[in-house]
Amino acid sequence: MRAPWFLLVPAALAALWHFAVDLRWVAEGVVPSPAQVLRSWEIWIFGSAKMTISPYAGTWLDNVTYSTRRVLQGFGIAALVAIPLGLAIGWSRLAARLIDPTVQLLRPVPITAWLPFAIAVFGIYDASALFLIGLGAFYPIVVNTTHGVRDTNLLLLRAARMMGAGPAAILAKVVFPSALPSIFTGLRLGIGVAWTAVIVAEMIAVKSGLGYVLWDAYYVGRMDICVATMFSVGLLGYLSDRVIVWASKALLRWRSLEAHA
Amino acid sequence: MIEVAGVEREFAKNGRRIVALQDIDMTVGEGEFVALLGPSGCGKSTLLNMVAGFDHPTRGAVRVAGESIREPSPERGVVFQEPALFPWLSVMQNVVFGPKTRGERAEAYGLRALQILEQVGLRGFEDSYPAELSGGMRQRVGIARVLMLESKVMLMDEPFGALDAQTRSLMQELLLSVWERHQQTVLFVTHDIEEALLLADRVCVMTARPGRIKKSIDVRLARPRALEITASPEFNALRLDVLALIREESQRAASQAA
Repeated sequence: MRAPWFLLVPAALAALWHFAVDLRWVAEGVVPSPAQVLRSWEIWIFGSAKMTISPYAGTWLDNVTYSTRRVLQGFGIAALVAIPLGLAIGWSRLAARLIDPTVQLLRPVPITAWLPFAIAVFGIYDASALFLIGLGAFYPIVVNTTHGVRDTNLLLLRAARMMGAGPAAILAKVVFPSALPSIFTGLRLGIGVAWTAVIVAEMIAVKSGLGYVLWDAYYVGRMDICVATMFSVGLLGYLSDRVIVWASKALLRWRSLEAHA
Repeated sequence: MIEVAGVEREFAKNGRRIVALQDIDMTVGEGEFVALLGPSGCGKSTLLNMVAGFDHPTRGAVRVAGESIREPSPERGVVFQEPALFPWLSVMQNVVFGPKTRGERAEAYGLRALQILEQVGLRGFEDSYPAELSGGMRQRVGIARVLMLESKVMLMDEPFGALDAQTRSLMQELLLSVWERHQQTVLFVTHDIEEALLLADRVCVMTARPGRIKKSIDVRLARPRALEITASPEFNALRLDVLALIREESQRAASQAA
Protein backbone atom coordinates (compact mmCIF):
# COMPACT_ATOMS: atom_id res chain seq x y z
CA MET A 1 0.00 0.00 0.00
CA ARG A 2 1.20 3.48 -0.79
CA ALA A 3 1.77 5.81 2.09
CA PRO A 4 -1.03 8.39 2.34
CA TRP A 5 1.30 11.34 1.77
CA PHE A 6 -1.59 13.66 1.04
CA LEU A 7 -2.51 13.52 4.75
CA LEU A 8 0.86 14.85 5.89
CA VAL A 9 0.28 18.57 5.44
CA PRO A 10 -3.31 18.59 6.79
CA ALA A 11 -2.15 16.58 9.83
CA ALA A 12 0.70 19.01 10.45
CA LEU A 13 -1.66 21.99 10.16
CA ALA A 14 -4.15 20.34 12.53
CA ALA A 15 -1.34 19.68 15.02
CA LEU A 16 -0.16 23.28 14.77
CA TRP A 17 -3.75 24.45 15.33
CA HIS A 18 -4.16 22.15 18.33
CA PHE A 19 -0.97 23.35 20.02
CA ALA A 20 -1.65 26.98 19.20
CA VAL A 21 -4.87 26.71 21.18
CA ASP A 22 -3.54 24.36 23.85
CA LEU A 23 -0.43 26.42 24.58
CA ARG A 24 -2.39 29.68 24.49
CA TRP A 25 -0.54 31.18 21.52
CA VAL A 26 -3.85 32.70 20.59
CA ALA A 27 -6.16 34.63 22.90
CA GLU A 28 -8.21 32.25 25.00
CA GLY A 29 -11.76 31.66 23.90
CA VAL A 30 -11.31 33.23 20.46
CA VAL A 31 -10.17 30.23 18.48
CA PRO A 32 -11.73 26.85 19.29
CA SER A 33 -9.55 23.73 19.34
CA PRO A 34 -9.83 21.10 16.58
CA ALA A 35 -11.46 18.72 19.05
CA GLN A 36 -14.03 21.33 20.02
CA VAL A 37 -14.90 22.01 16.42
CA LEU A 38 -15.31 18.29 15.72
CA ARG A 39 -17.57 17.86 18.74
CA SER A 40 -19.75 20.84 17.80
CA TRP A 41 -19.87 19.70 14.20
CA GLU A 42 -21.04 16.25 15.27
CA ILE A 43 -23.85 17.72 17.40
CA TRP A 44 -24.73 20.09 14.60
CA ILE A 45 -25.11 17.15 12.24
CA PHE A 46 -26.48 14.34 14.41
CA GLY A 47 -27.76 16.05 17.56
CA SER A 48 -31.41 16.50 18.37
CA ALA A 49 -32.96 19.49 20.08
CA LYS A 50 -34.27 17.23 22.89
CA MET A 51 -30.80 16.05 23.92
CA THR A 52 -28.95 19.36 24.04
CA ILE A 53 -29.67 23.01 24.47
CA SER A 54 -27.68 23.91 21.35
CA PRO A 55 -29.97 25.72 18.93
CA TYR A 56 -27.86 24.28 16.09
CA ALA A 57 -28.36 20.61 16.99
CA GLY A 58 -29.47 18.56 14.01
CA THR A 59 -29.86 21.49 11.63
CA TRP A 60 -26.76 20.84 9.50
CA LEU A 61 -28.39 18.80 6.78
CA ASP A 62 -31.20 21.32 6.35
CA ASN A 63 -28.79 24.19 5.92
CA VAL A 64 -26.54 22.18 3.61
CA THR A 65 -29.61 21.39 1.53
CA TYR A 66 -30.65 25.05 1.34
CA SER A 67 -27.21 26.18 0.23
CA THR A 68 -26.65 23.31 -2.20
CA ARG A 69 -30.04 23.81 -3.82
CA ARG A 70 -29.33 27.53 -4.28
CA VAL A 71 -25.92 26.81 -5.75
CA LEU A 72 -27.29 24.21 -8.15
CA GLN A 73 -30.18 26.42 -9.24
CA GLY A 74 -28.10 29.54 -9.69
CA PHE A 75 -25.29 27.63 -11.37
CA GLY A 76 -27.73 25.76 -13.62
CA ILE A 77 -29.39 28.99 -14.77
CA ALA A 78 -25.95 30.54 -15.33
CA ALA A 79 -24.80 27.58 -17.45
CA LEU A 80 -28.03 27.55 -19.48
CA VAL A 81 -27.63 31.22 -20.33
CA ALA A 82 -23.83 31.48 -20.53
CA ILE A 83 -23.06 28.49 -22.78
CA PRO A 84 -25.40 29.50 -25.65
CA LEU A 85 -24.39 33.14 -25.24
CA GLY A 86 -20.69 32.24 -25.28
CA LEU A 87 -21.21 30.14 -28.40
CA ALA A 88 -22.95 33.10 -30.05
CA ILE A 89 -20.28 35.63 -29.04
CA GLY A 90 -17.47 33.34 -30.19
CA TRP A 91 -19.17 32.36 -33.42
CA SER A 92 -20.85 35.49 -34.72
CA ARG A 93 -19.10 38.83 -35.15
CA LEU A 94 -22.44 40.58 -34.81
CA ALA A 95 -23.22 38.88 -31.49
CA ALA A 96 -19.71 39.71 -30.28
CA ARG A 97 -20.15 43.39 -31.15
CA LEU A 98 -23.59 43.52 -29.56
CA ILE A 99 -22.99 41.62 -26.34
CA ASP A 100 -19.30 41.26 -25.57
CA PRO A 101 -18.55 44.92 -24.58
CA THR A 102 -21.40 44.86 -22.07
CA VAL A 103 -20.20 41.59 -20.57
CA GLN A 104 -16.64 42.90 -20.31
CA LEU A 105 -17.79 46.15 -18.68
CA LEU A 106 -20.01 44.47 -16.12
CA ARG A 107 -17.60 41.64 -15.34
CA PRO A 108 -15.18 43.66 -13.15
CA VAL A 109 -18.05 44.65 -10.81
CA PRO A 110 -17.46 42.34 -7.83
CA ILE A 111 -20.34 40.09 -7.02
CA THR A 112 -20.37 41.54 -3.47
CA ALA A 113 -20.98 45.01 -4.90
CA TRP A 114 -24.26 43.77 -6.39
CA LEU A 115 -25.59 42.79 -2.97
CA PRO A 116 -27.48 46.01 -2.06
CA PHE A 117 -28.89 46.18 -5.57
CA ALA A 118 -30.06 42.55 -5.39
CA ILE A 119 -31.74 43.05 -2.02
CA ALA A 120 -33.39 46.29 -3.16
CA VAL A 121 -34.78 44.62 -6.29
CA PHE A 122 -35.49 41.08 -5.12
CA GLY A 123 -35.91 41.56 -1.35
CA ILE A 124 -34.73 39.22 1.39
CA TYR A 125 -35.76 36.18 -0.62
CA ASP A 126 -34.26 33.30 -2.56
CA ALA A 127 -34.37 35.36 -5.73
CA SER A 128 -31.65 37.66 -4.36
CA ALA A 129 -29.36 34.72 -3.68
CA LEU A 130 -30.07 33.10 -7.04
CA PHE A 131 -29.38 36.37 -8.81
CA LEU A 132 -25.98 36.77 -7.15
CA ILE A 133 -24.98 33.12 -7.61
CA GLY A 134 -26.14 33.05 -11.21
CA LEU A 135 -24.41 36.31 -12.07
CA GLY A 136 -21.18 35.22 -10.39
CA ALA A 137 -21.09 31.86 -12.16
CA PHE A 138 -22.17 33.41 -15.48
CA TYR A 139 -18.96 35.32 -16.21
CA PRO A 140 -16.36 32.54 -16.14
CA ILE A 141 -18.65 30.23 -18.14
CA VAL A 142 -19.42 32.78 -20.85
CA VAL A 143 -15.80 33.94 -21.14
CA ASN A 144 -14.38 30.41 -21.38
CA THR A 145 -17.06 29.25 -23.82
CA THR A 146 -16.29 32.24 -26.07
CA HIS A 147 -12.60 31.49 -25.85
CA GLY A 148 -13.16 27.82 -26.67
CA VAL A 149 -15.22 28.66 -29.74
CA ARG A 150 -12.66 31.15 -31.05
CA ASP A 151 -9.92 28.58 -30.50
CA THR A 152 -11.51 26.08 -32.90
CA ASN A 153 -8.89 24.90 -35.40
CA LEU A 154 -9.45 26.62 -38.76
CA LEU A 155 -8.55 23.43 -40.62
CA LEU A 156 -11.35 21.53 -38.86
CA LEU A 157 -13.82 24.22 -39.94
CA ARG A 158 -12.54 24.01 -43.50
CA ALA A 159 -12.70 20.22 -43.45
CA ALA A 160 -16.33 20.34 -42.30
CA ARG A 161 -17.29 22.89 -44.98
CA MET A 162 -15.51 20.83 -47.62
CA MET A 163 -17.59 17.80 -46.59
CA GLY A 164 -20.78 19.77 -47.06
CA ALA A 165 -21.64 20.78 -43.48
CA GLY A 166 -23.78 23.93 -43.20
CA PRO A 167 -23.44 26.55 -40.44
CA ALA A 168 -25.79 24.75 -38.02
CA ALA A 169 -24.02 21.42 -38.45
CA ILE A 170 -20.62 23.07 -38.06
CA LEU A 171 -21.72 24.75 -34.84
CA ALA A 172 -23.18 21.55 -33.38
CA LYS A 173 -20.68 18.99 -34.66
CA VAL A 174 -17.39 20.89 -34.84
CA VAL A 175 -17.42 24.11 -32.82
CA PHE A 176 -19.30 22.79 -29.79
CA PRO A 177 -17.23 19.61 -29.25
CA SER A 178 -14.07 21.57 -29.92
CA ALA A 179 -15.05 24.17 -27.31
CA LEU A 180 -16.22 21.58 -24.77
CA PRO A 181 -12.92 21.37 -22.84
CA SER A 182 -12.96 25.17 -22.40
CA ILE A 183 -16.62 25.07 -21.44
CA PHE A 184 -15.77 22.62 -18.66
CA THR A 185 -12.99 24.92 -17.46
CA GLY A 186 -15.62 27.67 -17.28
CA LEU A 187 -18.02 25.40 -15.38
CA ARG A 188 -15.33 24.51 -12.81
CA LEU A 189 -14.50 28.18 -12.23
CA GLY A 190 -18.23 28.96 -12.20
CA ILE A 191 -19.13 26.46 -9.48
CA GLY A 192 -16.33 27.92 -7.34
CA VAL A 193 -17.76 31.41 -7.68
CA ALA A 194 -21.25 30.00 -7.00
CA TRP A 195 -20.17 28.74 -3.56
CA THR A 196 -18.57 32.10 -2.77
CA ALA A 197 -21.73 33.89 -3.84
CA VAL A 198 -24.08 31.64 -1.88
CA ILE A 199 -22.24 32.34 1.37
CA VAL A 200 -22.24 36.09 0.80
CA ALA A 201 -25.90 36.06 -0.19
CA GLU A 202 -26.97 33.94 2.77
CA MET A 203 -25.03 36.07 5.22
CA ILE A 204 -27.06 39.10 4.26
CA ALA A 205 -29.85 38.53 1.78
CA VAL A 206 -31.66 35.41 3.10
CA LYS A 207 -32.27 33.78 6.44
CA SER A 208 -31.23 30.17 5.89
CA GLY A 209 -28.32 28.11 4.64
CA LEU A 210 -24.68 27.78 5.63
CA GLY A 211 -23.90 31.46 5.06
CA TYR A 212 -26.70 32.45 7.39
CA VAL A 213 -25.46 30.00 10.06
CA LEU A 214 -21.93 31.35 9.66
CA TRP A 215 -22.91 34.95 10.33
CA ASP A 216 -25.41 34.02 13.04
CA ALA A 217 -22.83 31.88 14.85
CA TYR A 218 -20.32 34.71 14.68
CA TYR A 219 -22.85 37.09 16.27
CA VAL A 220 -23.52 34.78 19.20
CA GLY A 221 -19.83 34.00 19.65
CA ARG A 222 -19.95 30.37 18.46
CA MET A 223 -16.61 30.32 16.65
CA ASP A 224 -16.67 26.49 16.77
CA ILE A 225 -19.76 26.52 14.53
CA CYS A 226 -18.17 29.15 12.30
CA VAL A 227 -15.16 26.92 11.72
CA ALA A 228 -17.35 23.84 11.19
CA THR A 229 -19.32 25.85 8.60
CA MET A 230 -16.13 26.81 6.80
CA PHE A 231 -15.13 23.16 6.59
CA SER A 232 -18.62 22.21 5.40
CA VAL A 233 -18.53 24.76 2.56
CA GLY A 234 -15.03 23.65 1.62
CA LEU A 235 -16.13 20.02 1.42
CA LEU A 236 -19.21 20.81 -0.63
CA GLY A 237 -17.21 22.98 -3.01
CA TYR A 238 -14.66 20.22 -3.40
CA LEU A 239 -17.32 17.58 -4.06
CA SER A 240 -19.15 19.67 -6.65
CA ASP A 241 -15.86 20.34 -8.43
CA ARG A 242 -15.12 16.60 -8.46
CA VAL A 243 -18.51 15.92 -10.03
CA ILE A 244 -17.74 18.35 -12.88
CA VAL A 245 -14.27 16.87 -13.37
CA TRP A 246 -15.79 13.39 -13.47
CA ALA A 247 -18.38 14.48 -16.05
CA SER A 248 -15.74 16.14 -18.19
CA LYS A 249 -13.55 13.04 -18.11
CA ALA A 250 -16.51 10.90 -19.14
CA LEU A 251 -17.39 13.21 -22.03
CA LEU A 252 -13.86 14.05 -23.15
CA ARG A 253 -12.29 10.61 -23.25
CA TRP A 254 -10.66 11.45 -26.59
CA ARG A 255 -8.60 14.08 -24.78
CA SER A 256 -6.99 11.61 -22.41
CA LEU A 257 -5.97 9.57 -25.48
CA GLU A 258 -4.27 12.66 -26.86
CA ALA A 259 -2.41 13.26 -23.63
CA HIS A 260 -1.00 9.72 -23.73
CA ALA A 261 -0.08 9.82 -27.41
CA MET B 1 -12.51 20.22 -65.48
CA ILE B 2 -10.52 22.76 -63.44
CA GLU B 3 -9.94 26.07 -65.14
CA VAL B 4 -7.80 28.86 -63.70
CA ALA B 5 -7.90 31.98 -65.88
CA GLY B 6 -5.80 35.12 -65.33
CA VAL B 7 -5.77 34.68 -61.59
CA GLU B 8 -4.02 37.14 -59.34
CA ARG B 9 -4.05 37.13 -55.56
CA GLU B 10 -2.90 40.01 -53.40
CA PHE B 11 -2.60 40.11 -49.65
CA ALA B 12 -2.30 43.17 -47.45
CA LYS B 13 0.41 42.75 -44.84
CA ASN B 14 1.32 45.58 -42.45
CA GLY B 15 -0.22 48.03 -44.89
CA ARG B 16 1.88 46.68 -47.77
CA ARG B 17 0.43 44.83 -50.70
CA ILE B 18 2.00 41.51 -51.45
CA VAL B 19 1.30 39.78 -54.73
CA ALA B 20 1.18 36.09 -53.91
CA LEU B 21 0.04 34.86 -57.30
CA GLN B 22 0.22 36.53 -60.71
CA ASP B 23 -1.01 35.64 -64.21
CA ILE B 24 -1.98 32.11 -63.36
CA ASP B 25 -3.52 30.28 -66.28
CA MET B 26 -3.91 26.56 -66.11
CA THR B 27 -6.38 23.80 -66.76
CA VAL B 28 -6.68 20.32 -65.38
CA GLY B 29 -8.55 17.92 -67.63
CA GLU B 30 -11.12 15.43 -66.43
CA GLY B 31 -9.42 12.46 -64.79
CA GLU B 32 -6.03 14.15 -65.03
CA PHE B 33 -3.55 14.11 -62.16
CA VAL B 34 -1.66 17.41 -62.03
CA ALA B 35 1.03 18.28 -59.52
CA LEU B 36 1.79 21.89 -58.55
CA LEU B 37 5.47 21.93 -57.72
CA GLY B 38 7.23 24.87 -56.16
CA PRO B 39 9.31 26.18 -53.28
CA SER B 40 7.60 27.09 -50.02
CA GLY B 41 5.96 30.49 -50.17
CA CYS B 42 5.33 30.36 -53.92
CA GLY B 43 1.58 30.47 -53.41
CA LYS B 44 0.81 26.91 -54.51
CA SER B 45 -1.35 26.28 -51.44
CA THR B 46 -3.12 29.60 -52.02
CA LEU B 47 -3.93 28.46 -55.54
CA LEU B 48 -5.27 25.14 -54.24
CA ASN B 49 -7.32 26.96 -51.59
CA MET B 50 -8.94 29.03 -54.31
CA VAL B 51 -9.93 25.92 -56.23
CA ALA B 52 -11.29 24.49 -52.97
CA GLY B 53 -13.29 27.66 -52.29
CA PHE B 54 -11.52 28.63 -49.04
CA ASP B 55 -9.96 31.67 -50.70
CA HIS B 56 -10.89 33.91 -53.63
CA PRO B 57 -8.82 35.51 -56.39
CA THR B 58 -8.26 39.27 -56.38
CA ARG B 59 -8.54 39.19 -60.19
CA GLY B 60 -9.39 36.47 -62.66
CA ALA B 61 -11.57 33.41 -62.34
CA VAL B 62 -11.43 29.86 -61.03
CA ARG B 63 -13.98 27.52 -62.53
CA VAL B 64 -14.70 23.85 -62.04
CA ALA B 65 -16.91 22.12 -64.61
CA GLY B 66 -17.66 25.55 -66.05
CA GLU B 67 -18.93 27.05 -62.80
CA SER B 68 -17.29 29.82 -60.80
CA ILE B 69 -16.30 28.73 -57.33
CA ARG B 70 -17.89 30.59 -54.44
CA GLU B 71 -17.53 28.28 -51.48
CA PRO B 72 -16.21 24.85 -50.52
CA SER B 73 -18.28 21.89 -51.62
CA PRO B 74 -18.15 18.10 -51.39
CA GLU B 75 -17.74 18.25 -55.16
CA ARG B 76 -14.12 19.16 -54.41
CA GLY B 77 -12.68 16.96 -51.67
CA VAL B 78 -9.61 18.31 -49.90
CA VAL B 79 -6.82 16.37 -48.20
CA PHE B 80 -4.94 18.82 -45.97
CA GLN B 81 -1.30 18.87 -44.99
CA GLU B 82 -2.24 18.10 -41.41
CA PRO B 83 -4.87 15.36 -41.41
CA ALA B 84 -7.40 17.77 -39.76
CA LEU B 85 -9.46 14.91 -38.34
CA PHE B 86 -12.04 15.50 -35.63
CA PRO B 87 -10.21 14.21 -32.55
CA TRP B 88 -13.47 13.45 -30.69
CA LEU B 89 -14.72 11.11 -33.44
CA SER B 90 -13.57 7.57 -34.14
CA VAL B 91 -12.02 6.62 -37.49
CA MET B 92 -15.38 5.39 -38.78
CA GLN B 93 -17.21 8.50 -37.56
CA ASN B 94 -14.61 10.71 -39.21
CA VAL B 95 -14.91 8.84 -42.48
CA VAL B 96 -18.72 9.04 -42.64
CA PHE B 97 -18.86 12.66 -41.40
CA GLY B 98 -19.67 14.01 -44.88
CA PRO B 99 -22.57 11.76 -45.90
CA LYS B 100 -23.95 11.64 -42.37
CA THR B 101 -23.92 15.41 -41.92
CA ARG B 102 -25.68 15.85 -45.24
CA GLY B 103 -28.44 13.58 -44.02
CA GLU B 104 -27.73 10.46 -46.08
CA ARG B 105 -29.06 7.25 -44.58
CA ALA B 106 -26.58 4.96 -42.87
CA GLU B 107 -27.60 2.04 -45.12
CA ALA B 108 -26.56 4.13 -48.10
CA TYR B 109 -22.99 4.76 -46.99
CA GLY B 110 -22.15 2.13 -44.36
CA LEU B 111 -20.96 -0.54 -46.78
CA ARG B 112 -19.09 1.97 -48.93
CA ALA B 113 -17.26 3.22 -45.83
CA LEU B 114 -16.07 -0.31 -45.04
CA GLN B 115 -14.90 -0.83 -48.63
CA ILE B 116 -12.97 2.43 -48.62
CA LEU B 117 -11.40 1.67 -45.24
CA GLU B 118 -10.33 -1.65 -46.76
CA GLN B 119 -8.77 0.12 -49.76
CA VAL B 120 -6.71 2.45 -47.59
CA GLY B 121 -5.71 -0.37 -45.23
CA LEU B 122 -7.60 0.76 -42.17
CA ARG B 123 -9.90 -2.22 -41.59
CA GLY B 124 -9.84 -3.13 -37.92
CA PHE B 125 -9.24 0.49 -36.88
CA GLU B 126 -12.85 1.67 -37.28
CA ASP B 127 -13.25 2.33 -33.56
CA SER B 128 -9.83 3.85 -32.93
CA TYR B 129 -9.49 7.56 -32.28
CA PRO B 130 -7.11 9.78 -34.27
CA ALA B 131 -4.84 10.17 -31.24
CA GLU B 132 -4.26 6.41 -31.26
CA LEU B 133 -3.06 6.36 -34.89
CA SER B 134 0.32 7.04 -36.48
CA GLY B 135 0.78 10.02 -38.79
CA GLY B 136 0.47 7.87 -41.90
CA MET B 137 -2.70 6.20 -40.68
CA ARG B 138 -4.25 9.56 -39.83
CA GLN B 139 -3.58 10.78 -43.35
CA ARG B 140 -5.21 7.60 -44.69
CA VAL B 141 -8.34 8.57 -42.76
CA GLY B 142 -8.05 12.01 -44.38
CA ILE B 143 -7.98 10.36 -47.80
CA ALA B 144 -10.77 7.89 -46.95
CA ARG B 145 -13.18 10.61 -45.86
CA VAL B 146 -12.59 12.45 -49.15
CA LEU B 147 -13.16 9.23 -51.14
CA MET B 148 -16.47 8.91 -49.27
CA LEU B 149 -17.61 12.19 -50.83
CA GLU B 150 -17.29 10.63 -54.31
CA SER B 151 -16.20 14.01 -55.57
CA LYS B 152 -15.03 14.37 -59.14
CA VAL B 153 -12.16 16.58 -58.02
CA MET B 154 -9.66 15.78 -55.29
CA LEU B 155 -7.38 18.54 -54.00
CA MET B 156 -4.31 17.54 -52.02
CA ASP B 157 -2.18 20.10 -50.16
CA GLU B 158 1.19 18.48 -49.43
CA PRO B 159 -0.63 15.58 -47.82
CA PHE B 160 2.51 13.56 -47.15
CA GLY B 161 4.81 16.47 -46.32
CA ALA B 162 4.78 15.80 -42.59
CA LEU B 163 5.46 12.06 -42.85
CA ASP B 164 8.80 10.26 -42.58
CA ALA B 165 10.40 9.10 -45.85
CA GLN B 166 9.36 5.46 -45.60
CA THR B 167 5.76 6.18 -44.68
CA ARG B 168 5.67 8.75 -47.47
CA SER B 169 6.62 6.17 -50.14
CA LEU B 170 4.00 3.77 -48.81
CA MET B 171 1.38 6.50 -48.93
CA GLN B 172 2.36 7.47 -52.47
CA GLU B 173 1.87 3.88 -53.62
CA LEU B 174 -1.42 3.74 -51.76
CA LEU B 175 -2.57 6.94 -53.45
CA LEU B 176 -1.60 5.57 -56.87
CA SER B 177 -3.63 2.42 -56.35
CA VAL B 178 -6.60 4.36 -54.97
CA TRP B 179 -6.48 6.89 -57.80
CA GLU B 180 -6.25 4.19 -60.46
CA ARG B 181 -9.44 2.77 -59.01
CA HIS B 182 -11.40 6.01 -58.58
CA GLN B 183 -9.96 8.04 -61.51
CA GLN B 184 -10.71 11.45 -60.04
CA THR B 185 -9.33 14.73 -61.30
CA VAL B 186 -6.48 15.51 -58.91
CA LEU B 187 -4.62 18.70 -58.12
CA PHE B 188 -1.69 17.80 -55.89
CA VAL B 189 0.50 20.44 -54.23
CA THR B 190 4.04 19.43 -53.29
CA HIS B 191 7.61 20.70 -53.05
CA ASP B 192 9.03 17.20 -53.63
CA ILE B 193 10.16 16.68 -57.24
CA GLU B 194 10.15 12.87 -57.12
CA GLU B 195 6.73 12.80 -55.53
CA ALA B 196 5.34 15.06 -58.27
CA LEU B 197 6.86 12.96 -61.08
CA LEU B 198 5.89 9.64 -59.55
CA LEU B 199 2.24 10.57 -59.12
CA ALA B 200 1.26 13.08 -61.78
CA ASP B 201 0.41 13.08 -65.49
CA ARG B 202 1.63 16.65 -65.62
CA VAL B 203 3.80 18.78 -63.35
CA CYS B 204 3.34 22.56 -63.21
CA VAL B 205 6.53 24.14 -61.89
CA MET B 206 5.91 27.40 -60.04
CA THR B 207 8.16 30.39 -59.42
CA ALA B 208 8.74 32.09 -56.10
CA ARG B 209 6.99 35.33 -55.19
CA PRO B 210 5.10 36.49 -57.08
CA GLY B 211 4.00 32.96 -57.82
CA ARG B 212 3.60 32.15 -61.49
CA ILE B 213 3.54 28.96 -63.42
CA LYS B 214 6.95 28.72 -65.03
CA LYS B 215 6.47 25.60 -67.06
CA SER B 216 4.16 22.65 -67.45
CA ILE B 217 5.88 19.32 -68.00
CA ASP B 218 4.13 16.19 -69.25
CA VAL B 219 5.09 13.04 -67.44
CA ARG B 220 4.75 10.28 -70.01
CA LEU B 221 5.48 7.35 -67.78
CA ALA B 222 3.39 4.21 -68.19
CA ARG B 223 0.68 3.44 -65.65
CA PRO B 224 0.09 1.67 -63.38
CA ARG B 225 3.18 3.06 -61.74
CA ALA B 226 5.09 1.71 -58.79
CA LEU B 227 7.89 3.09 -56.69
CA GLU B 228 10.51 1.23 -58.79
CA ILE B 229 9.85 3.64 -61.65
CA THR B 230 11.85 6.28 -59.80
CA ALA B 231 14.99 4.26 -60.66
CA SER B 232 14.33 4.28 -64.43
CA PRO B 233 16.36 6.42 -66.88
CA GLU B 234 13.23 8.21 -68.17
CA PHE B 235 12.33 9.23 -64.65
CA ASN B 236 15.83 10.42 -64.01
CA ALA B 237 15.87 12.53 -67.18
CA LEU B 238 12.61 14.22 -66.14
CA ARG B 239 13.97 14.76 -62.66
CA LEU B 240 17.05 16.55 -64.01
CA ASP B 241 14.86 18.75 -66.25
CA VAL B 242 12.71 19.83 -63.36
CA LEU B 243 15.69 20.25 -61.09
CA ALA B 244 17.33 22.60 -63.61
CA LEU B 245 14.13 24.69 -63.76
CA ILE B 246 13.91 24.91 -60.01
CA ARG B 247 17.59 25.73 -59.58
CA GLU B 248 17.26 28.56 -62.07
CA GLU B 249 14.33 29.81 -60.11
CA SER B 250 15.94 29.65 -56.68
CA GLN B 251 19.05 31.42 -58.02
CA ARG B 252 16.85 34.17 -59.36
CA ALA B 253 15.09 34.44 -56.02
CA ALA B 254 18.41 34.51 -54.16
CA SER B 255 19.83 37.24 -56.40
CA GLN B 256 16.65 39.27 -55.85
CA ALA B 257 16.92 38.89 -52.13
CA ALA B 258 20.58 40.03 -52.19
